[in-house]
Amino acid sequence: MTSNGIRDRVAIVGMGCTPFGERWDKGVDDLLLDAAKDAIGSAGVTLDDIDAFWLGTMASGVSGVALSKPLKIDYKPVSRLENFCATGSEAFRNACYAVASGAYDLAMAIGVEKLKDSGFSGLTGVRPVGDGTDAALSSPAAFSFVAPAYAHRYGVDPEEMKQVMSRIAWKNHRNGAVNPRAQFRKEVPLETITKSPLVAGDLGVFDCSGVSDGSAAAILCRAEDAHRYTDHPLFVKALSFVAGPGGGASDPDYDYTTFPEVVRSAEDAYRQAGITDPRAQLAMAEVHDCFTPTELVLMEDLGFSERGLAWKDVLAGVFDRDGELPINPDGGLKSFGHPIGASGLRMLFECWLQLRGEAPPERQIATVAEGRSLGLTHNLGGAPGECVSFVSVVGPERS
Amino acid sequence: MSAGIQAWGVYLPYWRLQRAAIGATLGGPSGRGTRAVASYDEDTTTMGVEAARRALAALDGAPVDDLYFSTPAPAYLDKTNATAIHAALELPEWAGAYDLLGSVRSAVGALRSAQAQATADGVRTLAVVSDLRTGLAGGPEERDSGDGAVGFVFGPDDEGTPVAAELVAHAATSSEFLDRWRTPGDPDSRVWEERFGQEVYVPLVESAATEAFKRAGVVAADVDHLVLSGLHNRAVQAVGRSLGTRPEATVSDRTPVLGNLGAAQAGLLLADALEHAAPGDLIAVVVVADGADALVFRATDALPAVREARAARGAVTVEDSAAGGRDDLPYARFLTWRGELRREPPRRPDPERPGAPATWRVTPWKSAFVASDCRACGFRHLPPSRVCLRCRTIDEMDPVRMADAVGRVATFTVDHLAFSPSPPVVGAVVDFDGGGRYRCEMTDVDPDRLGIGTRVEMAFRILSVAKGINNYFWKARPVVGAEAPDGTGDGHDDGGAAT
Repeated sequence: MTSNGIRDRVAIVGMGCTPFGERWDKGVDDLLLDAAKDAIGSAGVTLDDIDAFWLGTMASGVSGVALSKPLKIDYKPVSRLENFCATGSEAFRNACYAVASGAYDLAMAIGVEKLKDSGFSGLTGVRPVGDGTDAALSSPAAFSFVAPAYAHRYGVDPEEMKQVMSRIAWKNHRNGAVNPRAQFRKEVPLETITKSPLVAGDLGVFDCSGVSDGSAAAILCRAEDAHRYTDHPLFVKALSFVAGPGGGASDPDYDYTTFPEVVRSAEDAYRQAGITDPRAQLAMAEVHDCFTPTELVLMEDLGFSERGLAWKDVLAGVFDRDGELPINPDGGLKSFGHPIGASGLRMLFECWLQLRGEAPPERQIATVAEGRSLGLTHNLGGAPGECVSFVSVVGPERS
Repeated sequence: MSAGIQAWGVYLPYWRLQRAAIGATLGGPSGRGTRAVASYDEDTTTMGVEAARRALAALDGAPVDDLYFSTPAPAYLDKTNATAIHAALELPEWAGAYDLLGSVRSAVGALRSAQAQATADGVRTLAVVSDLRTGLAGGPEERDSGDGAVGFVFGPDDEGTPVAAELVAHAATSSEFLDRWRTPGDPDSRVWEERFGQEVYVPLVESAATEAFKRAGVVAADVDHLVLSGLHNRAVQAVGRSLGTRPEATVSDRTPVLGNLGAAQAGLLLADALEHAAPGDLIAVVVVADGADALVFRATDALPAVREARAARGAVTVEDSAAGGRDDLPYARFLTWRGELRREPPRRPDPERPGAPATWRVTPWKSAFVASDCRACGFRHLPPSRVCLRCRTIDEMDPVRMADAVGRVATFTVDHLAFSPSPPVVGAVVDFDGGGRYRCEMTDVDPDRLGIGTRVEMAFRILSVAKGINNYFWKARPVVGAEAPDGTGDGHDDGGAAT
């Protein structure tokens, strides 16, 4: 596979992100406008200055009109994308390529999702007319296969496994507690997490990410133009996206302890960015912690931990906000919330704040001051054995 | 010699309701024993499929020409129900599939039609009878009836598939009177005062039986096995005393454990008789319903060999089927399954209806669980795939039926969020013997007794109901006796996924 990358050819020069949560007071149009307003304000441009738009949403709107109408965009290209839970990242990726190609000078990538209006618990999806043979398993159930498989493969005692999962939720809640935009802004005691009612398999309520409304946006231009808009741009070092053959559920060799799609996209992204030791080189990572065992396995798939040892790293606090490699310092999907189309851009927003020193002191990560400058964002969409994966690397310096 | 019974199969659901549980919940007297209960994901069609699978499993895979399906409780009207069974069994497209619906008595029509056609055309036919008995809470219909299905294969005698019992004679009487009746859509039948029915029935039954014995050239005392079946219990008991058969000939009706299976009751007891009869034995089947039918069968010399062959193929006996199952079904759950108790649904979207074209395109997969094997590398795909997951060869696949395959649970989960009429949903990843993996729902399962490694087989069930469509598909269920014995399961030692 050839994947040449566009290292340092595109810059993020402005970002916006609404508070995530149960936004009963805001419609999809309001959320889009709020995030877009924030982003153009941050870049010091007007909507008129943007040449083209990429809108990511799974089910909160269809077509470019879903954005052009609320923003009253004057006859410009607007693409609408969907790619499971990586939808927001996909909007960002495509906008990056458009700018890098020279087709447009200034582009907006924006993601939105309004999940709470459905009135249902958990995620609901819109699917084409089917043959009715899919098992009625929920997303938590599909991901709940991961924890026992991991524990089995690496000899982790079930009780200890539950502690590892709870530790991940505890850490992300702790991070979200000090983030004013997060859906859940309260620390949750470990014991509460461990004892929370079961949703599927070993997954309790606190092992599952928040179902929320929200929007986030980024303004992109060619790297050489970045300083026209800001003194502190972020440069795109790597973009990787892969969709797998989706055969995990019918492959007896698949053991639910890894996401091969993530391994491939991480390898691709690290090669593009020139990263050889992600745990030492990255200042932070925002990863797709849809469920706590997902974050655990991602630590290995993304190369942050040796195979079979992530659970020990988790318990040792390696991935805490003040740890060796902060993971999801903004609270992650777990406590920041997970409005599908917005999540990928929300992750970039945290990189935007942290790597440029704009995060408030109470939650600024220490790794940046220690001289590390790169941030990673990762999205996973689908289910174990049948998913898409996105990895980006961004940083404030252009080599 | 006319065509006769070549094979039989009985399906009794996994669940039993203790009659005492009814009294304990509603107050009033406590009944004794249990009744067989179809699960929330079963109907007369799915039970019919299971009975027919058991019947055909006892034979070599020679085709069945026509299928006659009878039930008083059809899943669909207008649309043929027998075609769902036809598809699940992968019967040839040219085989006819016919319903005889609505009344208990139609079951005899199905047996006679299959028998007559097998004789006339010298072909193999299949009769399937299924019943799901409902009644109002606390009433005798609910308490004393049961659910289940039977299947009989009729065909000419030949070396490979001998006839186990031949039909010697048949006689019927018909009479129009109000014994029991039901308005379509009602859960309960109404019945007239029992003594009236008894008075009318007894001569009708005696007349039919006498004529049948005469045609067979036998007398009542010659009968070795008397199958007496009917929902009018007083009439059935009375003719049992008045027909002149030997008392010990009457086949025990199993109602203390199963309840009366209605349309399927005669078939259940006939199968029971076939599993005990000696060569040359006379089996009389007397059905009391809107008149009477009397069928006289004679067990052939081949019967013991047929039974041996069945046992060698792992056929389950009526005895074992009746003794199996689980008898701790809570009465409230029974009422919920039967729609008598409306429960708060989960806050999840209702299931979507499957699309008719999308369903039709995958009929072998959806109806008969037919997977595909890659000709180039042998990799087995569930669902079938045009592109090989392992070697990526395109359109070089052979179909392979997996409905009868056995496998083991690779991992499983208990899903409290997914929509189900009977939560929680149990999901499992199944690795099949001989290759192939599939992730599916489980049924008839106690999650506390499930472990990694539990042996499972496939069952034809209702996955969901939406907009009047019964979405039939396959689920995995533990092979009888295969659940882990003590609530730990070998899977837990093995890092199992149980909660």
